[in-house]
Amino acid sequence: MSEEKKSEALFSKKNKALITGPLNIDNPVTIQVLGICSALAVTVQMDNAIIMSLAVTAVLVIGNVIVSLMRNLIPGKIRIIVQLVVVAALVIIVDQVLKAYVYDVSKKLSVFVGLIITNCIIMGRLEAFALGNRSWASALDGLGNGIGYGVVLIVVAFFKELFGSGSLTIPGIGKWEVFGNATDLTGLYAMDYMNNGLMLLPPSSLIIVAIYIWVQKWRTPELIEE
Amino acid sequence: MAVDRDSNGYTVLFATIMVIVVGGLLAFISDSLKPIQKANTTNEKMQNILQAIGLDEMRDLQRNDAGPIFNDYIKRRITINYKGEILSDKSAKDEINPLDKLDAFNIDLRKEYTRYIKPIMNQNKGDEVGLKKALEGSESIHFPIFVCENEGKSYYVLSASGKGLWDDIWGYIGFSSDCKTISGSVFDHKQETAGLGSKINETWFEDQFIGKTISENEAFSPIVVLKPGREKNIHQIDGISGATFTGVGVDEMLRRNFLVYYRFFKNNPEFIK
Repeated sequence: MSEEKKSEALFSKKNKALITGPLNIDNPVTIQVLGICSALAVTVQMDNAIIMSLAVTAVLVIGNVIVSLMRNLIPGKIRIIVQLVVVAALVIIVDQVLKAYVYDVSKKLSVFVGLIITNCIIMGRLEAFALGNRSWASALDGLGNGIGYGVVLIVVAFFKELFGSGSLTIPGIGKWEVFGNATDLTGLYAMDYMNNGLMLLPPSSLIIVAIYIWVQKWRTPELIEE
Repeated sequence: MAVDRDSNGYTVLFATIMVIVVGGLLAFISDSLKPIQKANTTNEKMQNILQAIGLDEMRDLQRNDAGPIFNDYIKRRITINYKGEILSDKSAKDEINPLDKLDAFNIDLRKEYTRYIKPIMNQNKGDEVGLKKALEGSESIHFPIFVCENEGKSYYVLSASGKGLWDDIWGYIGFSSDCKTISGSVFDHKQETAGLGSKINETWFEDQFIGKTISENEAFSPIVVLKPGREKNIHQIDGISGATFTGVGVDEMLRRNFLVYYRFFKNNPEFIK
């Protein structure tokens, strides 16, 4: 927790690192090992993963900014409680807005939106960064961690949906049935190809995240612990 | 700031202000968005009922288009109880009053199942006679019938609700004017396994019901959900591979609900055309 005394350029090297860091070397899911639960649960279809990432990023950025602005006001004794109230209030607002304006998406995500409150990444960043840094830096930190989380989720969802359902669903664009239609037996299905049922269940997420970490550490040797 | 952040007085003051601000903000947002949210769920229900009729023009009906045309198709909304007594009979001219619990449109299928039907079923497990008696005795279990008139033909949209593998499942099923042949269906679920049980709301599953009947030799013959791949007769449909329990749930809820409607139509032959 470092206090920034000087004012820096908006996108100085340090600030840019706040966004790029969590994408790889400080990834919240694969390196900090936070937020695994939603990586397992909402990755059955790509559109769920994309919307969830957007929601978490929004809560992270706004939450970080709010807590950072209040950091000199929050009484020490109720620090965690205040953070929790901020996160819970934001998530409830996100949930209400989704239900009103993107009803179909909110039906798909249902309970998982509420579970954003329990996502360790959010409380983790509030405690580790926002409490001790200025609002712009905190916003960037929230953005970086949100994007880092989103990248992992989308990669996991990509493979799970591709091999579990033979399709890729992008919000706003629709469902692309890559291998053909399973019920009409077109494309690959006509040649007796079958979807992998395990890919639709949580254990497959763990396996894919593990492979992701493996590839990540292979490509970035400094991450390997000696 | 000159104030001591760690003092009890400051802590209490901060907490109080925070609670008031957050509480007020959330209440305001909830209130402002409520009408839009309610419109979404109402439109979705109307969309489901209209699509369950099975008409071709309804296949691509969007949720927001369902509201304005609902009363053009659904001419009568009837509510019956388990014994088949009519408790409410509204026409398209009667506006749907959200406070009227007996209006067929306001019947919350899932709530009725969870609150009233499930406890009775749990209490009378294995006791068919006791179950029937308890269901008949309940004042709170209602069944909706939506009567649709389109191009001279009548359709009846009925409902079913029950339990899948994890949580509630429900559906609207349309019958043609002979009151025994299914014309269309719409199913939904709360939390069935994505890619498996969740497939009950896919078109291919719902379309299977079209043409199936619930009557054989003048007696009730329930719709049966079979393991996929077998020969099917006019009362049977394919389940979903890998989703056996969801299929069992669909089978059970259709059997339990259709029996009530079958008896109602038998005792009220004026509906059969």
